[in-house]
Amino acid sequence: MKKSEILTTAVASVMSLAMLVGCGEGAATTTETSSDATAATATEASAPAGPTFKIGAIGPLTGGAAAYGNAVCNAAELAVAEINANGGINGYQVEYSKEDDELNAEKSVNAYNTLKDWGMQLLVGSTTSACSIAVSEYTKADNMFQLTPSGSAEDCVKYDNAFRVCFSDPNQGIASAQYISDHNLATKVGIIYDSSDVYSSGIYQKFTEEADGKNFEIVSAEAFTQDNNTDFSVQLQKAKDAGADLVFLPIYYKDASLILTQANTMGYKPTFFGVDGLDGILTVDNFDTALAEGVMLLTPFAADATDDLTVKFVSQYKEKYGEVPNQFAADAYDAVYIIKQAIEAKNVTPDMSVSDICEAVKGAMTEIEAAGLTSAKMTWDANGEPNKEPKAVVIKDGAYVSAQ
Amino acid sequence: MSFLTYLISGLSLGSIYAIIALGYTMVYGIAKMLNFAHGDFIMVGCYIIFSVSGALAGNSLVGIVVAIILCTLLGITTEFVAYRPLRGAASPLAVLITAIGVSYFLENVALLIFGADIKSFTSVIKWEGLTFADGQLRIQGVTIVTILVSLLVLLVLQTFIKRTKQGQAMLAVAEDKGAAALMGINVNQTIMLTFAIGSALAAIAGALLCSAYPSLSPYTGAMPGIKAFVAAVLGGIGSIPGAMIGGLLLGIVEILSKTYISSQLSDAIVFGILVIVLLVRPTGILGKVIQEKV
Repeated sequence: MKKSEILTTAVASVMSLAMLVGCGEGAATTTETSSDATAATATEASAPAGPTFKIGAIGPLTGGAAAYGNAVCNAAELAVAEINANGGINGYQVEYSKEDDELNAEKSVNAYNTLKDWGMQLLVGSTTSACSIAVSEYTKADNMFQLTPSGSAEDCVKYDNAFRVCFSDPNQGIASAQYISDHNLATKVGIIYDSSDVYSSGIYQKFTEEADGKNFEIVSAEAFTQDNNTDFSVQLQKAKDAGADLVFLPIYYKDASLILTQANTMGYKPTFFGVDGLDGILTVDNFDTALAEGVMLLTPFAADATDDLTVKFVSQYKEKYGEVPNQFAADAYDAVYIIKQAIEAKNVTPDMSVSDICEAVKGAMTEIEAAGLTSAKMTWDANGEPNKEPKAVVIKDGAYVSAQ
Repeated sequence: MSFLTYLISGLSLGSIYAIIALGYTMVYGIAKMLNFAHGDFIMVGCYIIFSVSGALAGNSLVGIVVAIILCTLLGITTEFVAYRPLRGAASPLAVLITAIGVSYFLENVALLIFGADIKSFTSVIKWEGLTFADGQLRIQGVTIVTILVSLLVLLVLQTFIKRTKQGQAMLAVAEDKGAAALMGINVNQTIMLTFAIGSALAAIAGALLCSAYPSLSPYTGAMPGIKAFVAAVLGGIGSIPGAMIGGLLLGIVEILSKTYISSQLSDAIVFGILVIVLLVRPTGILGKVIQEKV
């Protein structure tokens, strides 16, 4: 009993202290309930002199999706360090802080509140869709600018203060159709999609809409469901009979690996073209990667690309974090630079209120044209959706290489 | 020509349903209980083959033998631990619900051990199969092997039941447990033997299922298990030749409705057929022809 009382008091005092730091009003109005809370005040003392921009990032740093969250938070940190080394944004240095959400929407909101208490003015996050959506309710209420690097569900940017760097799920359908058409990959296209999955059927729909009037024709579109995802012989046979030279697979790699195997058994060898759900097909245990040879997939970033920006980013990221950055890292790196560009476009200063910054940056977003790792030219519409040229990778010798 | 291609696809799928349905119907016919965990025994068998073959650098034959032995043990244990204590329960639903529980238990244990990520299964059948009409038509090796194995299993089971003492005991238990016990038949032992055979069949079915559709996950057996149950009911549950016919028929119906009606509606059609069969002929195709169960 006694122990828990002490704990409660301590927690309460830390919380009240955190609120104070967040308001930035010093210690004048402290209502400390316990003396040991004062020990915590020293931790916030490392800030550089003068006003600074405060950018926060949220992602799953622990747990099953830690690879995504760490990529986002590391790359954002890298971008901030670079910007600071080059004189900051509008001459102001940038402070950066990250919080873990463990892939949990509620914890993501907690992480957001923690960052807000720290004084965050602009948010890069959350990393994943559900967390982004949960946090956007709060950024909307606070009118804080939110740029999610990788939240791809449609609702991530439903409010006007939220934008994203990656394509939305359904927009990958548009991007795929454009890519296939622009690169003359096929004249006859077959589609196999999962009608029991929002992700897959959303992409499928946008793809068929966009394909209208393009230089290829959809000759077969066959569905399957999660209850019927073992035998794909009919779907493949129909595409084959219709003469499809490319089969579009807006599905996850789990089903795609079976499709590739069965197509091989049938002796059907079209180009298979997928979206980000296909990323991971090479990691399937015991999968014969020769079957995936030549499979193309839409992805914003290939670490082996030879442009200067990518080479520099990959080498720096490797040096600092010891691994090859993935697309999440690229999205987050771009996100920080996009924020920088938007701030500069409107001459925003750190002493403005969070809401004023948001209004200015939000206005700038629809005007700027950004260049980054994920695309050489990105623009945004007021809905928060990016317009950028799609990029693709192709599987060669069991590895992804840039398709160009 | 394309019709023939689809028909062969249907045959491939149907042969898999048939061999799974054999195990289902065998257990039902004698123990009078639906072992809903049968599909998951198959999944366990697949994982054993996958792990053993992986450890022995692709020696799948040893894998299959180990899987048959371990699945038999699993079947006996499950029967002893989960089903036998409930056999005397007031409602037959108790065992049914337990079977569903066993099914989830096995799936979740597999999730814990192997994770949710799929594994790509190396086919145990190396034979490419037969090609006709200048390579336009092809029957996969695994399909032919599955049908042959199913027929073999069917013959062996029929002979076993008709010609051996244990088989006769099974028939007696199927007719009336109480009377069989009075005649000196060890009912518990007979039912345990039934489960042992059913589970061994599950391991064989698993090897063939994963050779035809080489994607292995903890849920691999679930849906084929349910479809095979439909096949067993279609053919007349409890009837061993019925399971074979029901399985082949179901696979062909599923593929043809996918082809000519709708790829999304095929399941609805398959289960619709089940409803119609149960309305028109509740005993299934062979349910009446064979008076004795099994």
